[in-house]
Amino acid sequence: MIATPATELTGEFTTDGRRTGPVLMDLKNITLRFGGVVAIKDISFDIREGEIRAIIGPNGAGKSSMLNVISGFYVPQEGEIWFEGARRPPMKPYEVARLGLARTFQNIALFDGMSVLDNIMTGRLNRMKAPLWAQAIWWGRAEREEVENREQVEKIIDFLEIQNIRKTPVGRLPYGLKKRVELARALAAEPRILLLDEPMAGMNVEEKEDMCRFILDVNDEFGTTIALIEHDMGVVMDLSDRVVVMDYGRKIGDGTPDEVRANPEVISAYLGVSQE
Amino acid sequence: MEFLYASEVLVNGLMAGVMYALVALGFVLIYKASGVFNYAQGVMALFAAMTLVGIMEGRVPFAHLINAMFGVHVSHFGWTVPAIFGIALTALIMVGLAIAVEKLVLKHLVGQEPIILFMATIGLAWFLEGLGDVMWGADVKVLDVGLPQGISDGIEAATNDWLGYGFFIDKLDIWATVIAAALVAALVGFSQYTKQGRAMRAVADDHQAALSVGISLRFIWIMVWSIAGFVALVAGIMWGTKSGVQFSLSLIALKALPVLMLGGFTSIPGAIVGGLIIGMGEKLFEYFIGPMVGGATENWFAYVLALLFLVFRPQGLFGERIIERV
Amino acid sequence: MIYREAGDFKTSYRDDGQTFPIRLDRWGYYALLAVAFLVVPFFIDSYWANAVLVPFLIYAIAAIGLNILVGYAGQVSLGTGGFMAVGAYAVYKLMTAFPGVPIFVHILLAGLITALVGMLFGLPSLRIKGFYLAVATLAAQFFLVWLFNKVPWFYNYSASGQITAPERTFFGWAVTGPATSASAKYLTCLVFAVVLAWVARNLTRGTVGRKWMAIRDMDIAAEIIGVNPLSAKLSAFAVSSFFIGIAGALLFAVYLGAAEASEAFGINKSFLVLFMVIIGGLGSIFGSFAGAAFLVLLPVFLKNVLVARLGWPTDLAAHLELMIVGALIIFFLIVEPHGLARLWRLTKEKLRLWPFPH
Repeated sequence: MIATPATELTGEFTTDGRRTGPVLMDLKNITLRFGGVVAIKDISFDIREGEIRAIIGPNGAGKSSMLNVISGFYVPQEGEIWFEGARRPPMKPYEVARLGLARTFQNIALFDGMSVLDNIMTGRLNRMKAPLWAQAIWWGRAEREEVENREQVEKIIDFLEIQNIRKTPVGRLPYGLKKRVELARALAAEPRILLLDEPMAGMNVEEKEDMCRFILDVNDEFGTTIALIEHDMGVVMDLSDRVVVMDYGRKIGDGTPDEVRANPEVISAYLGVSQE
Repeated sequence: MEFLYASEVLVNGLMAGVMYALVALGFVLIYKASGVFNYAQGVMALFAAMTLVGIMEGRVPFAHLINAMFGVHVSHFGWTVPAIFGIALTALIMVGLAIAVEKLVLKHLVGQEPIILFMATIGLAWFLEGLGDVMWGADVKVLDVGLPQGISDGIEAATNDWLGYGFFIDKLDIWATVIAAALVAALVGFSQYTKQGRAMRAVADDHQAALSVGISLRFIWIMVWSIAGFVALVAGIMWGTKSGVQFSLSLIALKALPVLMLGGFTSIPGAIVGGLIIGMGEKLFEYFIGPMVGGATENWFAYVLALLFLVFRPQGLFGERIIERV
Repeated sequence: MIYREAGDFKTSYRDDGQTFPIRLDRWGYYALLAVAFLVVPFFIDSYWANAVLVPFLIYAIAAIGLNILVGYAGQVSLGTGGFMAVGAYAVYKLMTAFPGVPIFVHILLAGLITALVGMLFGLPSLRIKGFYLAVATLAAQFFLVWLFNKVPWFYNYSASGQITAPERTFFGWAVTGPATSASAKYLTCLVFAVVLAWVARNLTRGTVGRKWMAIRDMDIAAEIIGVNPLSAKLSAFAVSSFFIGIAGALLFAVYLGAAEASEAFGINKSFLVLFMVIIGGLGSIFGSFAGAAFLVLLPVFLKNVLVARLGWPTDLAAHLELMIVGALIIFFLIVEPHGLARLWRLTKEKLRLWPFPH
């Protein structure tokens, strides 16, 4: 579908560990409940450095809850999250962000009152440490940081080809571009792991192809580890190195796209019960 | 004796609480049906009371303005209107106000953020306050619709015989309590057992869904604002009879706000319980703590109580729990 | 034709981020400052100072402060009057306790004290939002005013319960007290207004401004991308209260000279400043000035037309003013929630394309 070396990324080529480094994040026996409802039931999987890891499953399978657990928005009742070889204690979402996790949202969560540029600059907030008084008089470190971070942000703007809308208020943009700005904001944080919540939901074919290309380029050029949720099976199988399959809050499959495709439980979850 | 005195304070606090609850009720009704937090509720009570006095005394509306513009000296028509007709006419005017508010303000602000709507009602409050003054003059007016007033001798005598200490309770407060209770019962009955009431609850639950089953949003809004106007009229009569119709009457709206924070913005029982707690609380606090800190704690007690309370239970006593999602 | 960006190339990110990207705007701004500092002080009389310019500058500072909280950080406050009272009483206590210290230091300290009080009352904003918070800030309003009325220490046990500003000088010029000249009052307030507006502009275009706006636009997303809501909200309360405190200090010490808490800093003051912010434009520094000018000038205008020209009674004019202000608030919220500032910007955008709009 795309000119980039997509064939190299799928299937058997990646099982040799070409792209996948050491384990970056390890989720162990995660269980999440809302009152009596069990959203996630005893799920374990890991995310390796440099890979594209997908979480798929039908609606209501608990994918979004899983992503919210990773990004610290939900705190699971049971289980452990290990990040870079250390157990992550329960944290506030903003603390998790400072560890190096950035994410996008299923229903676009941009700051509508701000320009595209300012939105992307918010992605770098945690790298700007000038004290309040210096910001107040726009002097020394405050001004220097502003310019330095602006340069980084401009690189991302060039990379995602959104130069012409730099100063447009986000509220005025069409859906597809908003998704791209959101990706830009997450990238601006230079995250250790980039979490994408249905990056292609609601897009037409052309926009989907663009988005695929950007995701692959990010992974290729910056070596960013990516974990994404998607329910478009085709796209996921093309993009990702390894796939976790969830259904009703349980994990029913985990492996390379080909392995997952061959898994009978996955087939039945997606196509209904297979004929015996 | 100390205990009996404190319990008299408590009973009086309860009566004041009923008044707060009455104003708070108007807030809850509008908030539930239209998501608008109507800051103007208190000024509506003031406006209703002013209009009632104006009609009953046969004052010429806008006399001030007419005099200034044409250099004449009109003030009264020279007739008086019985209370019952005055109340009916004022109720009609409050319905007219509801229609005007819907047409001129709400219709144009559909879908705006709640805080914008809130600020619009602050503007409405100023406008109504000015309008009331321009129409009827800003003098302190005496309102008498025939409600009994003064200390109830019966209760004083009875408690004196029974406890050896006579409770001082205003007859008006007793009447206010009875009328408020009747009003609440009527409102609950209306919203539970009539077609319009069901439609109102449907709108409160989900605007879009209510629209899709053919409920007219605009009709419901006008209806709710009319009811709130009527509640304001009742509250205005009570407070106006008690302490005269004047600007400070609109400040009871401010007192109703902490009641709402305590009770939750969406709950009718919450408004009542919240009103009672605030009424009792501020009277008791003033009685026990007030003398130590210089008195007049009623100015802020309700707010600080509500503030502290909210920090620990942000949705109020009876409000629904808020679940945040991304 | 002259009002263009074209040909005015920005060659660095520093230039690109400046306040007035169009050359003509910059010149206009410098010209305005020059007139305000070098021309007006020589011509100002006490009517213009007391009725128009001094209250305009003071309320502009308060409106900028409230705009930071409401317009940028999205936290509605109805406690402005109470916080202005903190500034006023703080500067009074400082002036009387340390007569040797320059008055400008006292005014800044009063701002800092108000900032601390503001942070204290801002703490509930972590748990409650929207109009719950707006109502909660009323607690600050009523409690603070009550405190200053009831605790004699705050008004130095004066018999009247009022605070009165003693005379303080700056390089031999009286800045406070009855002997202060119109131009000294005006210049003092002008210096504070210009410097504070510049500070507000710097804060709102930088890191902390983005944090505030992120919290305003979508608080949950802001937290997930790494904004600490505690520090963002409290810093907004602190900075906002600092501005409002200075406005309160100036209002008492320089403008009024004497004040009584419930009269000068009542709930109506809170609404007045909030209306300035709404009419001027939420999230705009220029709008804060415009809104302050509008609501300071409106009563002066009505008084001149209705009372002086037509001979109507003063109270009728006051009532009509209530109606007009109320109607204007609703009008602006319906037609242009971004207020005068937005109308101004739209005019400029048209002008930039004029006379070839396509």
